Amino acid sequence: MTSEQELLEQVANSEYKYGFVSDFESDAAPAGLSEDIVRFISAKKEEPEWLLEWRLRAYRHWLTLEEPNWANIHHPPINYQDIIYYSAPKAKKVLNSLDEVDPEMLATFAKLGISLEEQKRLTGVAVDAVIDSVSVKTTFTAKLGELGIIFCSFSDAVKHHPKLVREYLGSVVPHTDNYFAALNSAVFSDGSFCYIPKGVRCPMELSTYFRINAANTGQFERTLIIADEGSYVSYLEGCTAPMRDENQLHAAVVELIALENGQIKYSTVQNWYPGNKEGIGGIYNFVTKRGICAGKNSKISWTQVETGSAITWKYPGVILKGDNSIGEFYSVAVTNNYQQADTGTKMIHIGKNTKSTIISKGISGGKSQNSYRGLVKINKKATNARNFSQCDSLLLGDKCGAHTFPYLEVNNSSAVVEHEATTSKVGEDQIFYCNQRGISTEDAVGLIVNGYCKEVFNQLPMEFAVEAQKLLAISLEGSVG
Amino acid sequence: MNTATETAGTKEKFIQQCEASILAEAPFYFNKIKKEAIQRFDQLGFPTTKMEYWKYTNIQPILKPVYRMPERIASDKLTKEELNKYFIAGFDATVLVFYNGYLMKEHSHLNKLPDGVIIDAISNQFNNPLFQQHYAQIADDTKEAFTALNTASVNDGAFVFIPENVIIPQAIHLLYLTDSSDGNTMTFPRNLIIASKSSQVQIVESYHSMNTNISFTNALTEILAEENCNLDYYKIQDENNASFQINNTQIKQEKNAVVSSTTITLDGALVRNNLNFLIQGEGCETHLYGLYLLNGKQHVDNHTLVDHALPRCMSNELYKGIMKEQSTGVFNGRIMVRKDAQKTNAFQSNKNILLSDDAHVTAKPQLEIFADDVKCSHGATTGQLDQEALFYLRSRGITKEKAQALLVHAFASDVVDKVKIDKLKINLLHLISEQLNHHF
Repeated sequence: MTSEQELLEQVANSEYKYGFVSDFESDAAPAGLSEDIVRFISAKKEEPEWLLEWRLRAYRHWLTLEEPNWANIHHPPINYQDIIYYSAPKAKKVLNSLDEVDPEMLATFAKLGISLEEQKRLTGVAVDAVIDSVSVKTTFTAKLGELGIIFCSFSDAVKHHPKLVREYLGSVVPHTDNYFAALNSAVFSDGSFCYIPKGVRCPMELSTYFRINAANTGQFERTLIIADEGSYVSYLEGCTAPMRDENQLHAAVVELIALENGQIKYSTVQNWYPGNKEGIGGIYNFVTKRGICAGKNSKISWTQVETGSAITWKYPGVILKGDNSIGEFYSVAVTNNYQQADTGTKMIHIGKNTKSTIISKGISGGKSQNSYRGLVKINKKATNARNFSQCDSLLLGDKCGAHTFPYLEVNNSSAVVEHEATTSKVGEDQIFYCNQRGISTEDAVGLIVNGYCKEVFNQLPMEFAVEAQKLLAISLEGSVG
Repeated sequence: MNTATETAGTKEKFIQQCEASILAEAPFYFNKIKKEAIQRFDQLGFPTTKMEYWKYTNIQPILKPVYRMPERIASDKLTKEELNKYFIAGFDATVLVFYNGYLMKEHSHLNKLPDGVIIDAISNQFNNPLFQQHYAQIADDTKEAFTALNTASVNDGAFVFIPENVIIPQAIHLLYLTDSSDGNTMTFPRNLIIASKSSQVQIVESYHSMNTNISFTNALTEILAEENCNLDYYKIQDENNASFQINNTQIKQEKNAVVSSTTITLDGALVRNNLNFLIQGEGCETHLYGLYLLNGKQHVDNHTLVDHALPRCMSNELYKGIMKEQSTGVFNGRIMVRKDAQKTNAFQSNKNILLSDDAHVTAKPQLEIFADDVKCSHGATTGQLDQEALFYLRSRGITKEKAQALLVHAFASDVVDKVKIDKLKINLLHLISEQLNHHF
């Protein structure tokens, strides 16, 4: 417990500490979006004809769409012609060891506490580090290769495993899905690709760090993870972004495919720059994440800790197509100052005996708005489907808002769907109890909030759980009155 | 009956009918409100499923038939026997009978009431300053098309005024009968209920069809519950299975007012209820209960809103539904706690049972909280009858159907038990049993 308290004190009054700009040359496209830009990106990445066609289809579809406005968020209109859609650190010769990596970039990682060297040696985590848009260094590829696991940047996957990419790209999130997914499909720059072959249990946590680096660069990541029959993978995604004043757009797409008996566990810790105390700057995080349990007995589990971004618009969902498949969603969303979050999940039950669990914990402080929006849909053929949802909101100030918008659509009589939600503030009696035992109010709130989130943090892999607690502390700073 | 034309059911057709409904004898202010509402309806148009508020209810079936707006008929054309069967047995209430939207005073049953109490048709009260003061003040017709349409088309309804410190011992029953024997009929009932300071009243509003033809009822009730008053409001919808009903209720509560609303939907092809509570005083208590028993191809959509604007209020909501055959149930409950509404306790629960694989239910409980010192929760469940309970009953020789009916009856009783008027409760239980025997 002491460590947690120290942590709280340590971060109190500290500015966003991951805000710094690394200075390496980037090779950027001119700002704006047009068919030429899409072609430019595709040519730059030496992509095959079919992928260019796919991008163009998405781009043409995007032109027909309007930006969605149903979410409980407000922001000035985004000028999509003001964004640089491609930016990559200058291409270097193929790297064989860490020594060849731009030292400046290594230093950046060191500041973030994710030195590749250390990660490689101590934790056994394979890191596919993405700075801006191009994958710079991939570790452990050889080791994973022995098991037949493919873990590489998206562009490498397009080059070396076009068949897999072509089969699954857009199969879960088609380019017609929504405005931001269409945009991403047209201009996605890079991302991670992962394939676990039949019957293989991935021996380590796969992880990737995203950073937005060059100024005015929207990041359009595309992640594709395929767990073949009987395989298992745990994937971690962590985000930090440098401090910057213009709002930056981040529209990623993540697709997960779990085949028969396959399992995917996807964990995210997101702390993009949330803007300063007056609500200026910060990242717009408009992400489409979806998985499909395509085969029988498959399982997809999303865990997310959302503390950053000026605006978060994100609904990781699971399509439960295979019989007996399981979908899970564990989320902690923290908003402070002027942050806005509209996040939740979609659980689409199609197969028989499918189960889903939703645990969502929202914490709002300052003048922030925090919404849970989730859909549980039981299709007509989904006999014996089961869902349990719990959405709790905690209010830490009298100027913030907490909202819950669940949608339950049940079309099968054997389904059992339960939804519960509560909204409250930290109990005065709880604080009093702590106070009378000599714990200060600030520490007491930290304690109570940590306990409140434990259910979700427990789902995170060890190293992420630690980071998540740190982030929670940073985000709550100043919200305790 | 009008001959069907291509413009049937379009907005223009409805506007024509609204304009035709303007009465020369009605006072200027009333017709002015009407004309403004026509304009607003024109701007709003009919809602579509693309709108979030109407996402799960498609109103197109309502617009398909051609309706006539019935004229007022002489009361001697109706017989007591015809109407009496819709009275609640043994219910010693003041009953106002509305036939196709018009009050039939001769057939109504008026108890002796304390001085100052007004229970009358609005068409008789046009010149009453109390009526003028409150009419069309509570419901907001700038956003909701059917609210505007009602205001634009209305010709009659009930005006109930309870003066300060008056307690009405017997309930007031507003009985709406639709007779569509002359062809598809559309009516626009409109009620204004004012419960003044420290008064107490029970109001029952019920809707019935006198035959099996198509009808469309677009009702609107405005209620003002003043300081310290105690108001129980019951709405019973039991029209035929070819009827459409859009029912808007807007209730404004002032300081320490206690209001309880119960909505029971037993029949109707497509029913949509919008029940909005605006809590504008401290220390209010609000109860919302609802029950819908659906079968066939029925579609019932209950939208409720409890808008807490001031501190120290309590609201409690329980809606229960049973869906059979191809029926669809929709529940959308919204609790709004505004910035100043500290110490609010708001609870909401929606429970549904699906009895067939073709039945659907959509539940959308929502919380929107802007104050921090509150306790709010909502819960929604959907499932089927407890298999063990069914087995228990069947192991004692009760047939499956009978056992099901028993369990459904018990499930529904939770809501019916909240009815505080004994005679009404017995009557409702009887109606529910009848329906269960018939359809379940």
